[in-house]
Amino acid sequence: MNHTAIFTVLFIAALGIFCTLAWRRLSLIVLGKAEDRFDHLSTRLWDMLLFAFGQKRVVARPFGINHFVIFWSFIILLLANGEFIVNGIFPKVSLRLLPVAIHGPLLFLFDVVSLLALVCVAIAAGRRLFFKFDYQDTLYVKRRSFEGFLILAFIALLMLAYFGIHGAEIAMGAEPLSGWMPLSRFAAGLFGCGGGCAKCGVLPWLIFYWWLHAGVLLAFLVFLPMSKHMHILTAIPNCFFQSLEKPNTLLREEFVKENSYGVEKVDDFTWKDLLDSFSCTECGRCQDSCPAQLTGKSLNPRQVVHSLKTNLMANIAGLKSGSVLKMPLIGGEGEGTNTEETIWACTTCGACLEACPVMIEQMPKILKMRRHLVQMKSEFPEELINLFENMEQRSNPWGIAPTERSKWSTTMAIRNFEAGETEYLFYIGCAGAFDSRQKHVTVALATILDAAGISWGVLGKEEKCCGDSARRLGNEYLFDRMAKENVELFTSKKIAKVITQCPHCFSTLKNDYRQYGLEIEVIHHSELLQQLLADGRIKPNRKVTELGSVVYHDSCYLGRHNDIYDEPRQVIEAVTGDKPHEMERSREKGFCCGAGGGRMWMEEHTGERINITRVTEALEQKPDTICVACPYCMTMFEDGVKDKGAANVRIRDIAEVVAEGLRPV
Amino acid sequence: MQIVACIKQVPDTTQVQIDPVTNTLIREGIPFIVNPYDTHAIEESLRLKDQFGTFVTAISMGPPNAEATLRKALAVGVDRAILLSDRVFGGADTLATSNVLTEAIRKLGETDEVGIIFCGKQTIDGDTAQVGPGIATRLGCTQLTLVDKILELDLEKRKIKVSRKLEGRHEIVESPLPVLITVVRELNRPRYPTVPSRLASFEKEVELWNNQTLKLDEQSIGLKGSPTWVNRIFSPERDKGELIGDGVNDPVGTANLLIDRLLAKDLLSL
Repeated sequence: MNHTAIFTVLFIAALGIFCTLAWRRLSLIVLGKAEDRFDHLSTRLWDMLLFAFGQKRVVARPFGINHFVIFWSFIILLLANGEFIVNGIFPKVSLRLLPVAIHGPLLFLFDVVSLLALVCVAIAAGRRLFFKFDYQDTLYVKRRSFEGFLILAFIALLMLAYFGIHGAEIAMGAEPLSGWMPLSRFAAGLFGCGGGCAKCGVLPWLIFYWWLHAGVLLAFLVFLPMSKHMHILTAIPNCFFQSLEKPNTLLREEFVKENSYGVEKVDDFTWKDLLDSFSCTECGRCQDSCPAQLTGKSLNPRQVVHSLKTNLMANIAGLKSGSVLKMPLIGGEGEGTNTEETIWACTTCGACLEACPVMIEQMPKILKMRRHLVQMKSEFPEELINLFENMEQRSNPWGIAPTERSKWSTTMAIRNFEAGETEYLFYIGCAGAFDSRQKHVTVALATILDAAGISWGVLGKEEKCCGDSARRLGNEYLFDRMAKENVELFTSKKIAKVITQCPHCFSTLKNDYRQYGLEIEVIHHSELLQQLLADGRIKPNRKVTELGSVVYHDSCYLGRHNDIYDEPRQVIEAVTGDKPHEMERSREKGFCCGAGGGRMWMEEHTGERINITRVTEALEQKPDTICVACPYCMTMFEDGVKDKGAANVRIRDIAEVVAEGLRPV
Repeated sequence: MQIVACIKQVPDTTQVQIDPVTNTLIREGIPFIVNPYDTHAIEESLRLKDQFGTFVTAISMGPPNAEATLRKALAVGVDRAILLSDRVFGGADTLATSNVLTEAIRKLGETDEVGIIFCGKQTIDGDTAQVGPGIATRLGCTQLTLVDKILELDLEKRKIKVSRKLEGRHEIVESPLPVLITVVRELNRPRYPTVPSRLASFEKEVELWNNQTLKLDEQSIGLKGSPTWVNRIFSPERDKGELIGDGVNDPVGTANLLIDRLLAKDLLSL
C-alpha cells in the first residue's frame, strides 16, 4: 500500500470516530426543552463575531491574549491543515494550484502563525507549570490536568511537524516558493545542507515529519469530542445563541395542571443549557469571581456546569429510553449532581455570567433548580417560609401591615399618584417603606425630588412588593401573581414613569415586567440624580466635604444587571468634588454584598460571610464613607462595618449625599 | 377513621382597625388570613395522613368569604373542606360557635367515625381559647389542650399519648380516642403548598353547610345563642411622630433634648 492509500484509510477511520463521538454528545442537546434563540439574528451574528472571533472577554485577562493568538492560528491553519488532508488523499490537489501572488503570501502567513502558535503553547505550558493560579481546583477538575498538557503537546507537535515538512522540502530543493518561508528556511538549515541537494538523506525526515503531522492531526480529531476541547466546536454557536435578555429574566412558567416546574432532571433544562455544558472548557474564570465560592461555600458555577455535562453523559441510556435515571441532578453525591446547599448559596450577582468568555449562563441554571425545589417539593431553607407567606399575604418581605407603607413620611407632606396630575410615580419599595435605615434614604430622595420641582406621587398603602426575591428564590408561582397584580395596578393608574431607589425593584419593573407586557420608563435614582445635577435642576449649596474619603460599592442589580456604573460615581463627584475611590473589584468585576437572589432573607452558615469579605475589601481603601445605591447593600454594609469594629466608617446612599449638599448653608 | 381540623378565618391583626362608633372590627379592606395556630392544626392532620393514610376534613364557620381559608387548607392537601355558613350563625360568641362546630362534627361522624379533632389553641382575633374545649365538652370526648408533641398514636388500640406545653413544664398524658387536641405553634412547621397541589385545589369543591343541613335550634346559635355581650372595643390612639433637634450635626445636644422631653413627660425614672 502506498502512503496515499494508508492515509486515506486512517483519515476515514478518524473522521468516523470523530463524527460518532461528536454526534453522541451533540445529539443529546435535542433532549433539552425548547427555547427560542433564533430571534434578532443580526445582533446574534454581531455578538458571535465580537465574543467568539473577537475573543472580547478572553483577552480581558492577561493570559487571554495567548488564547487569542492560538485561536487565530488555529483558524488560519485550518486552511493549511485542510490542504494537508486533501493533498494526502488526492496528491494532485494542493494550494500550489493557486497563483503565486496568493500562494506565496499564504505560505508566509502559515510560517509566521505556526511560530506564534508554538510560542503561545510554550507560554501556556509555562503558565500551568510555573505560575500561581488565581482559582482553585474543584473536586473533579484539576488546574494541571493531563488533558490540558496533552492538547498543548498536540498543538506543539503539529507546528514542529509543519516546520519539519517544509524545512525538509526546502532542503531537498522541492519548494520553489521558499523565498516566502523564512522560518521554514531556517528549519531547512537545521537539516545540515542549506538546501538544493536531493541526495543527503533528508527524504526520510520528510516522510517522518509528514507522518508525524498526519498522526497528530488525526489523533487530535479523535480526541477532540471526548474532551473539554469540544468547545472548539461549540463555543462559536454558543456565543451566537447567547441570551439577549437580562441574565436573570428567566422565561415565565405556565401554571396549568399537569405541568411540572423548574428543573429536576437534566432534560428539564433547555437545549441551550445543554449546549452550554459542552461549551465549557473549564477555564475557571466564573469560579474565580463567584462570591459564594470565594467565601467558602459549596457553590462553584464551574462545577454546576460540569455537573450538567457529567449527569447528561451518565444518564444517556435512561434519557433516551425514558426509564429511571441512574444519577440524580439534585441531592445526590459526587460528580454530576448538586447539593441543595449549593443551589441555595447563589446571590444571583451575575459575576459568573460576566466572566464567562463563551457566554455560558451559569446562574439561570441554579434558579431553574430552585424553581423545582420550591414549587414541586416545597423544599427550601426554613427561613424562607415566613418570607414567602409575608410576600403572599402582606406583599412585603417583612410582613408589616401595608397600611404602614407611608409611615416614612411623618415629617413631610406627600401626595398620591394621580394620572394626568402627577408625572412620576415614586415607587418607594418595601425596604424604603419599612426598613428604618432605608427610610432616611426615602426622605432624602423625596426632598431632592421636591427641590428639583419634579411632579411626583406615591401609591401609599396600595403599593405592592415587586416580587424580586420570590422570583430569584424560584417561587415563580408567587412572583407571577405579584407581577400580574402590579402590572394591573400600574396599567389602571396609567403610570408611565417610575422612579425607584432600589436596584432590585428597578430591574424587576424594568426587565422582568416586560414579560408581562408592561413597557414603562423606569428610572433608578442614580440616573435621575446624575441627570438633575448635570441639567442644573438641583444645585448643591456647598461641597459636601464632611464625608471625607469616599468609596463607592457597585450594586450587582444596578451594575452588572443594568449597566449603570458611571451615574452614581458622577453624582458623588458632583457633590463632593472628588471622584470616589475604587475597590480592587469594582464596576463589571464588582463583588456582591451577599444579599441578592433572596440571600437577604437567609442565614449564612458556611465559610466567611460575603458582606464581611466585601466590607474588609472596602476598608482597605481607608474610607471615611462607603457609598451605596441599594437598600440591600446598605443593610449588608451597615452590619458589616459593625461586625468589623469599624462603625466610625459611615454608610451613605448617594441620595443622602446629594440631600446633604442641598441643605441650606 | 377521619381527622377533623377546625380552622377559622381571622383578620390580619396587624392591620385591624376598629369602628369608633359601633366598637366593632372594620372588616372592609382588611386582608384575612388563616388563624396562625390553626395552620399548625392543619399541618398535624396532614402529617398523620402522610403516616397513617387517614382522611382529613377541614371545617370552618364564617361568612361566605371564609371559603378562601378553606381553599388554603385544600391547597396544602386536606381531602375535604366544609364551610359552615348561614345568616343565623352570625354574631356568635364562643358558646354558640362551639354548638355549630359540634353538630357539624357529629354529622361528619355519621358516615365516617371522627377519631381526632385538631384546633388551634386560640384565635388571634378573639384570643379566648374556649371553642376547642367547648367542642370537646359538647361531644363528650377527651380534650388535650396546648399540645406541642404527639408522642404515640396507636390506631389499633385507639390510644394517643401527647406532650402538653404548660407554663415552665411539660405534661405527658395519654388518652383514648376520640380526642380533641388544641395545638401550640411548637408542634410542627406548617408546610408550604407545592404548585401542583395548589392547582389541584382549585378543582376541589368547598361544601357549604347551613342550618338546613345542621338543623340546630336557633336559640342555641348565632346572636341569640350568645350570652356574651361586647360593651366596647377600642384601640389606643397613637400620635404621629416628630423629629427633634439635628442629630447629624449636634448628636449630643439632640440626645440632651430627647432626655429633657422624656423627663418632662415623666417617662424616665431618674
